Amino acid sequence: MGAPKKNAARVSEDPEELARVPLQAILLADSFTTKFRPITLERPKVLLPLVNVPMINYTLAWLESAGVEEVFIFCCSHSKQVIDYLEKSEWLSQPNLTVSMIESHNSVSAGDALRLIYERNVIHGDFVLISGDTVSNMSLTQALQEHKERRKKDNNAVMTMVIKRSKPNPTIHQSRLGTDELFLAIDPSTNQLLYYEEKADRSKGTVHLDKSLLVDNPSITLHHDKQDCYIDICSPEVLSLFTDNFDYQHLRRHFVKGLLVDDIMGYKIFVHEIHSSYAARVDNFRSYDTVSKDIIHRWTYPLVPDVKFFGNSAIKLERQGMYRASEISQSRSAVIGPFTVIGFGTKIGDNTKVLNSVIGERCTIGSNVHIEGSYIWDNVTIEDGCKLRHAIVCDGVTMKPGAVAEPGVILSFKVAIGQDFIVPPYSQVSLLQQPVEEDSDEELEYADSATAITSTVDNSHVEIASKVSETQSVSELGMGGVGYVWENCEGHEEEWKHSVAPIPENKIFEAIKLMEEEDDLEKTDGDHILPRPEDLKDDLDDDEDDDNADSLYFEKEVEATFLRAVHENIQEDHVILEINSLRLSYNKEAADCAGAIFYSIVKYALDIPHSSADSLCKNVQGVFAKWKKVLTSYLTGMDEQIEVILKFEEMCLESAKEFAPLFTTILSYMYDQDIIQEDAFLSWEDEKREADESDKNFVKQAEKFIQWLKEASEEDEEDEE
Amino acid sequence: MPDVQSLVNDFLNQLKKRKIEGSQATAKQTGELLRSFISQQRVPHTNQAGALIDAVRTLGEQLIAANPVELAVGNIVRRVLHIIREEDLSLATAAIAGMGLSAASDDEDDVERADNPGLSAVAVAAAARSTLRPPSLQTLLEDVPDSTAIPRTSSSGGDSEGKSKSIDKGSRGRKLKHDVIEAVNELIQDIATCHELIAEQAVEHIHQNEVILTLGSSRTVLEFLCAAKEKKRSFRVFVAEGAPRYQGHLLAKELVARGLQTTVITDSAVFAMISRVNMVIVGAHAVMANGGVIAPVGLNMVALAAQRHAVPFVVLAGSHKLCPLYPHNPEVLLNELRSPSELLDFGEFSDCMDYGSGTGSSLLHVINPTFDYVPPKLVSLFITDTGGHNPSYMYRLIADYYSADDLVVKGKPVTGS
Repeated sequence: MGAPKKNAARVSEDPEELARVPLQAILLADSFTTKFRPITLERPKVLLPLVNVPMINYTLAWLESAGVEEVFIFCCSHSKQVIDYLEKSEWLSQPNLTVSMIESHNSVSAGDALRLIYERNVIHGDFVLISGDTVSNMSLTQALQEHKERRKKDNNAVMTMVIKRSKPNPTIHQSRLGTDELFLAIDPSTNQLLYYEEKADRSKGTVHLDKSLLVDNPSITLHHDKQDCYIDICSPEVLSLFTDNFDYQHLRRHFVKGLLVDDIMGYKIFVHEIHSSYAARVDNFRSYDTVSKDIIHRWTYPLVPDVKFFGNSAIKLERQGMYRASEISQSRSAVIGPFTVIGFGTKIGDNTKVLNSVIGERCTIGSNVHIEGSYIWDNVTIEDGCKLRHAIVCDGVTMKPGAVAEPGVILSFKVAIGQDFIVPPYSQVSLLQQPVEEDSDEELEYADSATAITSTVDNSHVEIASKVSETQSVSELGMGGVGYVWENCEGHEEEWKHSVAPIPENKIFEAIKLMEEEDDLEKTDGDHILPRPEDLKDDLDDDEDDDNADSLYFEKEVEATFLRAVHENIQEDHVILEINSLRLSYNKEAADCAGAIFYSIVKYALDIPHSSADSLCKNVQGVFAKWKKVLTSYLTGMDEQIEVILKFEEMCLESAKEFAPLFTTILSYMYDQDIIQEDAFLSWEDEKREADESDKNFVKQAEKFIQWLKEASEEDEEDEE
Repeated sequence: MPDVQSLVNDFLNQLKKRKIEGSQATAKQTGELLRSFISQQRVPHTNQAGALIDAVRTLGEQLIAANPVELAVGNIVRRVLHIIREEDLSLATAAIAGMGLSAASDDEDDVERADNPGLSAVAVAAAARSTLRPPSLQTLLEDVPDSTAIPRTSSSGGDSEGKSKSIDKGSRGRKLKHDVIEAVNELIQDIATCHELIAEQAVEHIHQNEVILTLGSSRTVLEFLCAAKEKKRSFRVFVAEGAPRYQGHLLAKELVARGLQTTVITDSAVFAMISRVNMVIVGAHAVMANGGVIAPVGLNMVALAAQRHAVPFVVLAGSHKLCPLYPHNPEVLLNELRSPSELLDFGEFSDCMDYGSGTGSSLLHVINPTFDYVPPKLVSLFITDTGGHNPSYMYRLIADYYSADDLVVKGKPVTGS
């Protein structure tokens, strides 16, 4: 890890790059979600301990070691707590890293945050966008270099996303980190991201890709074993994009998808896959558990508990992954299992078992306690005979003798659980009452209610606590219990998915059964998983119908535009502009436009009163003379020109039979006017050679003309020789 | 002062984040840092050496805590402490000699000085030390936490020293600092040149048509082998690749670039190949006081194989790798577990580590230790910059380089652990 870092420093000191900007980073110290409730009502997510170290320290330590020189920490909910914490920490006095805070109280989403930062005008070059709950040990050098090189070639390459391979759980369709399955389509040669979908339609087991993806890209790889690390290297344009599109809120759901869909501006997103290094974001309780365990298993080295990467107390790694801080008093009969972390000054009583858990500082754990797979933060008191399995226990919680926390339980700050009380699985207990759901928009809800509630908490925390204990909660949490049990807001169906507890077997069983049923359904449907050929065809037909209808509308619109232009004498450039916008809105290609314009021109010529074929011909010539530019601006390639000939042929057959005798005359006129090149005629003839006899009418008619063309070109060649 | 502090912070940071690798680089940087630290340190008029020792000791404590696995940091801190003591002592003796009060060590001093003026201070100090304060149980026992060298030396040097100090306080202060910096410079020089000094001895150990086996990569080994090659010895080298970091591959590349016949083998093939080998030559991470070696993982196995076939097992180690501690000392952290990603691809095995299913604990554990401990009885010979030594002689070398008072660098015994 050392060598590339040094190189980076050396490269950046190169005299050539004297005008370089320091590498900057934006750290969002707010997740803008409610996934860590009820804990986040009282403390911001970035300050929650992850293996006994507040999360933001992992992120900052990584940024510092990755060579970032300036970090802007965007504090939103509980901004005071975050700022207080940082001011007390050593981060503000780092030699190689400038940390500055941006505080905001009315930002409700990542989009708002970035818009605010754009207004501040502090970002001057490429920057790293990361949220304060990301753990990584990757080296930025390569990703950054790739990003810069792409930028040199293509100014539209605005973002590089970091991804990592990680297999999702096949039965319940979620990643190790408890997030939804992620489907990515990537161009393997350029690493351009083409498609990003978190919530694929699971019931059908299908992913819908836009057909144009397959048309525009020679090769596409579709991944579903990748994990989004939420580390983005962005160009300054990203900020202005957020400002331009004021409705962008979510980084992925709005911004990334927005850019991928939008082909007008042509902004591109690329991916960088990391292999040997680690990166993950703590998004929900499941990922809290997973990332904690990855840290304990040392995948994040050197960000592991026994390395003092940031002001954490000295912890020693003993056999079998037991991490123990100093001044632990532990009974001889207590059993501490492997991969356990025990913090400074914790006391553990007789016959207590601690397995696979993280225990914070200055906790008191009584005798005959059984703790498995749990996360116990600081200053927790667990009295004799308690049982905890896969629970999160926040600071200052008291569990009276014999209390039991079933899997998935969250005990928020300073809650007390009564004697012999059993906290039911997946329940969340907090001193604060559950806020009434006032808004359906989760982002809004979080920031608003959080700030509102904390202000009351700060003032009257004790009051609430005492009131609570006096009144109803005695019954709710047993004798001497303090706190409210929350209704689960996510809906009871899904709570097991995102909790710290492993997925219960019956749920997995159900999921498997569900899958089998789906398989069965499909089997009865068509004996194979792929859709039947008829289905496919139907699909295509539908598409074609749509296309046809679209084309008709499009042609009509173009014609109307053109006629209006003729009557109101609008400038050609403006007509082209209007047709361009039509083209975008109907998603047509240049050839379609050329066809449609040609159609309108000829149609217009036809509508001008005429007596004979000759006068019609004159009319056409007159109109062309005036509007040639509109047509030629679309005739950039061979395909478009052929399209025009085909269109003409079609018209002569159907809508404007009057032109049939004039076919060759007009073609030769267009050749003379340089509207259509001779190659187009020749390949049109080639194409027609294979066609039915009935289709060859016009080719025959034009035979002489083409013959002449051929001779002419041969002569040309001879001349050249 | 502030710039030294930032230097210190920077170095601490790099140590903490494991950004400096290799004991030579670490030793050199530690030496350089201590040199600038000492040169910036303001020395009081009385008890200069004591103040200096205290300051270096506090800094050293931080440095050692930053990366306890890199023993070279502690070694250099201890050697610098030793240098301060020696310089102070030699100044004291010089003062005594100058005042004509002591006759015993006087002649010796002058002779030494005449012989090699460049080395004078250390040499005099060594001489003075052997006459004044022989390493004994006495010196170990009389250790009092806060009162350091000066009170003790004054007890042996008598009141004469007090007089000398009162005479030329200022100049002596400057002289002490100056001498110490000189000596630290020499130390840094020694560290920088240790490869060459070791490599010079190559021809004595590698003979014509021999087969040498080594594991992993070590610069010392590379220089050693190349030195033998330059002296027109023709021999072959077997390189065990040194999983999981495979630095043996790099070594093989370098050796081939220098024109040596090289064979790469897997670590697991060492036992099969050892019967064809005439000598095993390896580098070390640290050499402990009992002659045991902390070496890259896999070397214990090689040493056992070598012993089984009675092949000499030679360890090359610069003197900065000599650690005055014993491996059973609980203060010493002998190993470091690195990231499992060096062994396994995270993506490929991510389904084995799904904590969301089953009991919530992973059935897959990966352990990736960096070092092995090779016990002294498996080592045939140490080659250091001062020559070849038997493992049982290590304690003697260590006594030359370190003072017994400095073995525990920690200021107060109970601070963290």
